[in-house]
Amino acid sequence: MSAKKQGSKPVGAVMVVGAGIAGVQAALDLANSGFYVYVVEKQTGIGGVMAALDKTFPTNDCSMCILSPKLVECGRHLNIEILAPAQVKGISGEPGNFTVKVKQPARYIDPAKCIACGICAQKCPKKVPDEFNQGLAPRKSAYVLYPQTVPLKYAIDAATCLYFKKGGKCKACEKFCPTGAVVFDDQDKERDIQVGAVILAPGFKIFDPTPYASYHYTAFPNVVTSMEFERILSASGPFEGHLVRPSDHKEPKKVAWLQCVGSRDLHRCDNSHCSAVCCMYAIKEAVIAKEHSKNGLEATIFFMDMRTMGKDFEKYYWRAEEEQGVRFVRSRIHTVDPVPGTDDVQIRYIDEEGNIKDEVFDMLVLSVGLETSPDVMELARTLGVDLNTNKFAQTSPFTPVSTSRPGVFVCGAFQGPKDIPQSVMEASASASAASALLTAARFSLARKKPEFPERDVSQEPPRIGVFVCHCGINIAGVIDVEAVRDYAKTLPFVEYVENNLFSCSQDTQELIKERIKEHHLNRVVVASCTPRTHEPLFQETLREAGLNRYLFELANIRDQGSWVHMDVPELATKRAKDQVRMSVSKVALQQPLVEFSLPITKVGLVIGGGVAGMEAALGLADQGFKVHLVEKKDFLGGHALELNHAWTGEAIKPFVDKLVKRVTNHPKIEVHLNSELTEVTGFVGNFKSTVTTQGRDTAVEHGTAVIAIGGHPYKPTEYLYKENPRVFLALEMDQAMREKNPLVMGAKSAVFIQCVGSREPERPYCSRVCCTHSVESAVKLKELNPDMDVYILYRDMRTYGLRENLYKEAREKGVMFIRFDLDSKPKVEQTADGGLKVTVLDHVLRLPISIHPEVLTLASAIIVKDQEKLAKMFKVPLNNEGFFLEAHMKLRPVDFATEGVFVAGLAHYPKPLDESIAQAKAAAARAAVILSQESIRAGGVVAIVDPMLCSGCQACVEVCPFGAITYKEDEAVAEVNQALCKGCGTCAATCPSECITLLGFSHKQIYAQVDQALSEEAAG
Amino acid sequence: MADSNFEPRILAFLCNWCTYAGADLAGVSRLQYPPHIRVIRVMCSGSVSPHHVLRAFQKGADGVLIGGCHIGDCHYLKGNYMTIKRMRFLQDLMKFVGMEEGRLHLDWISAAEGPKFAQTVRDFTAKIQKMGPSPLKQAARAA
Repeated sequence: MSAKKQGSKPVGAVMVVGAGIAGVQAALDLANSGFYVYVVEKQTGIGGVMAALDKTFPTNDCSMCILSPKLVECGRHLNIEILAPAQVKGISGEPGNFTVKVKQPARYIDPAKCIACGICAQKCPKKVPDEFNQGLAPRKSAYVLYPQTVPLKYAIDAATCLYFKKGGKCKACEKFCPTGAVVFDDQDKERDIQVGAVILAPGFKIFDPTPYASYHYTAFPNVVTSMEFERILSASGPFEGHLVRPSDHKEPKKVAWLQCVGSRDLHRCDNSHCSAVCCMYAIKEAVIAKEHSKNGLEATIFFMDMRTMGKDFEKYYWRAEEEQGVRFVRSRIHTVDPVPGTDDVQIRYIDEEGNIKDEVFDMLVLSVGLETSPDVMELARTLGVDLNTNKFAQTSPFTPVSTSRPGVFVCGAFQGPKDIPQSVMEASASASAASALLTAARFSLARKKPEFPERDVSQEPPRIGVFVCHCGINIAGVIDVEAVRDYAKTLPFVEYVENNLFSCSQDTQELIKERIKEHHLNRVVVASCTPRTHEPLFQETLREAGLNRYLFELANIRDQGSWVHMDVPELATKRAKDQVRMSVSKVALQQPLVEFSLPITKVGLVIGGGVAGMEAALGLADQGFKVHLVEKKDFLGGHALELNHAWTGEAIKPFVDKLVKRVTNHPKIEVHLNSELTEVTGFVGNFKSTVTTQGRDTAVEHGTAVIAIGGHPYKPTEYLYKENPRVFLALEMDQAMREKNPLVMGAKSAVFIQCVGSREPERPYCSRVCCTHSVESAVKLKELNPDMDVYILYRDMRTYGLRENLYKEAREKGVMFIRFDLDSKPKVEQTADGGLKVTVLDHVLRLPISIHPEVLTLASAIIVKDQEKLAKMFKVPLNNEGFFLEAHMKLRPVDFATEGVFVAGLAHYPKPLDESIAQAKAAAARAAVILSQESIRAGGVVAIVDPMLCSGCQACVEVCPFGAITYKEDEAVAEVNQALCKGCGTCAATCPSECITLLGFSHKQIYAQVDQALSEEAAG
Repeated sequence: MADSNFEPRILAFLCNWCTYAGADLAGVSRLQYPPHIRVIRVMCSGSVSPHHVLRAFQKGADGVLIGGCHIGDCHYLKGNYMTIKRMRFLQDLMKFVGMEEGRLHLDWISAAEGPKFAQTVRDFTAKIQKMGPSPLKQAARAA
């Protein structure tokens, strides 16, 4: 595995180029597993495109809310150095030991002195269009990228600054800057940085629709791009989240989205690829816009194929249509005209029946595609990284995060157009690939986390600080946050109160630390979003301020406040005050909690010996960790062995064979064939499981587990499957072609039917791989016999991303595509001579067409089997369709809520081979974050028994689900083993004398909360 | 309705892993429900003792809602079995002392069931509104 110079150790540092969500995730995974990371970002702060998005599909999570904690973690990480703005200018050396030349353009404001007070921007007289707001609002020449960016430091844009333009005049910022941070003679710097590997995560640029003269993007103000629309919807955007159109700032009543602008188009641009995300973001924008609209918005999406192929996307699409009333029209628009005397636009389109229609809209949103920017192409040239025909980084489906240059990895939209979860997976995957290369240098450059001395507050009366968050307008738009703040000041033990625009931003963390010091606070309450996402962030801030991190409470006034009581602001405010009062009463009673360290078993367990399982096992083994690989069957390889080719044409079998050989021969991997996991005990870092091999049990100790049990083809009960020998499933067709089945080889016509068992009420999901698989097989049949008539009967052709090239190739080769709807599915009948007759309603002619194919392939759904037992053993959830449900759809795509357990491959959701491999590597990276540590922390929220009060009734011993409580005969009292205690508190509720306390949730605290919730003194 | 002005006081004990997350999801999905509820987050519904619930009624709660994971989904394996036992016992006790047992409501709401959480709060609030103020509160006032 090592590509380093003979005998010399590789460099234990990695450079991540680009700091959008992918770059940030890669940096965090590496920094958390023992490497020093340089993050090179071309803008003045990190966050990328995700920071500019309003909400994210399919959960409609607030984009900034879920991203911000990651940015803060990145910004405060001891082993991450952010260089922003900066660009890579050159590279030399070899994998394991590169020297990268980085240019850092002058900021003209010294970040060390800047306190981000914003006075420079206030005083700056020069207004310029704000790129972050897509030019819809102005910023000043002295500016900050956006208010939550990291590092939160201002900069001067020399290209527009009057001082630089007018030869030394103005200097308003310098005059007013309270810290003397402005440095007009700041110079660009160049640095040579030594790293062992480079990860490219430079992202994409949106397609510029200016050349589409027919859409009048530049001429009509109410024709906007989807990115502009994101900013219009955003609470922190130019219109503060009010849905208005740019021309007259009035609320639009009819908005249309036009799909595939700059995608799937070689006529007006060079982008043959599908951008893979636009269908979903258009639906999301339509749904959110309807929510924002006060007077009922008509939202219409004009599309060619609806590509909702991700996890939970199909249901999102159905809900948008059926529940939220978004209108979907299958048509590509060709003409947009002004409506004289108004700011409206009229569009002309042809519906599916061929009728020409005219319709007037207040506003058009162009769903612009994703492409590689010229800067990034230049970066690729500088680094000697090859691009493919669509100008994304060239990768192989078998090594999806490796570029053409060894030691240089890629993730995110530069690898190919993709959504956030896929980018995050690849980010972790690229971290895994880089770690494998640099394992020998782990912890050689990374610094250890400092211990912050903890102030002893046990003798102090409570001094509580309450911070009430605006969350932009997420909270402040409904709840009177100033009133909540003022109310908090009246509560017992509250010494300090304050409002924050975003309590989660990095500058607020610094501010909270300062306030703790200034006011000698010893407890903190933040009234904001939800403790489920943000408690760890604030607890870390307390720790850094020298307070025990448990001296904290979060009052949920957003997710369970402003967002659910939008129409009753007074009552929402009243509830917020009550929740704050309850939190204050609880935290006042909170004592510091002690944590201790537990050793980690540095061994990984992987369940499933398919490609995902093997890749996950190798990912860990190549990083030096021992791995147990458990496979139910008597061979490794899984369903991949039944596939012929990746969509890009590479043969799969040789790759799988090589993988099996590497796994079997790897000294760190122990393969258990014919085996199943039958018992799991323990917890992260210290699992003890039983692997049963043909009746024989083996005890296995491991620190982490990866579930990669794969998926299976659904066996349909329709379309004469198993009734007529000419009917095949997709994998059976691969086999028939592989074995040169005469039925197929001699066929004069072939039909493929898509969505067999997928996208039906019973299975409301898209199986993601079937469109591409059928198109690929159809092309192969055409190559076999160009005269063969090949038909694909489909509902939406979902050849997403660069797979669109294959679809194009199929059409060029004469494969015929016929669309059908769910309510008019094709009919398959057996003819008298045992042949097949397929009848389908042609959507253009509106007439039934009959085809007599000699072979019929059913693209059947992918399902998951035998997963419940495993889910129960690891206590991880499944979704309604039976797939494993990850901790967070967007940002934790391979983690479970249960620590130390991860998921990869088809058990998570149907996906093609390249994505399975990326996810498996990602799971390895996430597991390595744990296995690379020396110990894990335990304690904190656990139960304790007061032996003075314990009567020895042993009721607690009976109810503990974890066997953590023992009865000490000699003393006649019960005792809790803190390493085994998971902190559920069932024992505390059982104890008749209330002598068991769940620390952090004590009886006293609960009674205080109850009393305060119901206290008569009405809050406001 | 005579009781339309009655603003009931509803206290909810929600488990951290399922129902509290479901309540967050209701927020993320912007599902609206009546604002008379106050929430106490607990690690497991099995950690809510009968004393906690009784204290709520003593202090004037008109209704108490307990939310936990579905049976089989408990993050702590079987905490919610304890919840069922305790809450059934409590309801019997309430009946015994002459209180409507419907003022205590137990429901299983998962992290994915935002709509169910919102609907549960709507239904429970309406039910309590119909029942009127808790007799314990009236008794306390009379005393």
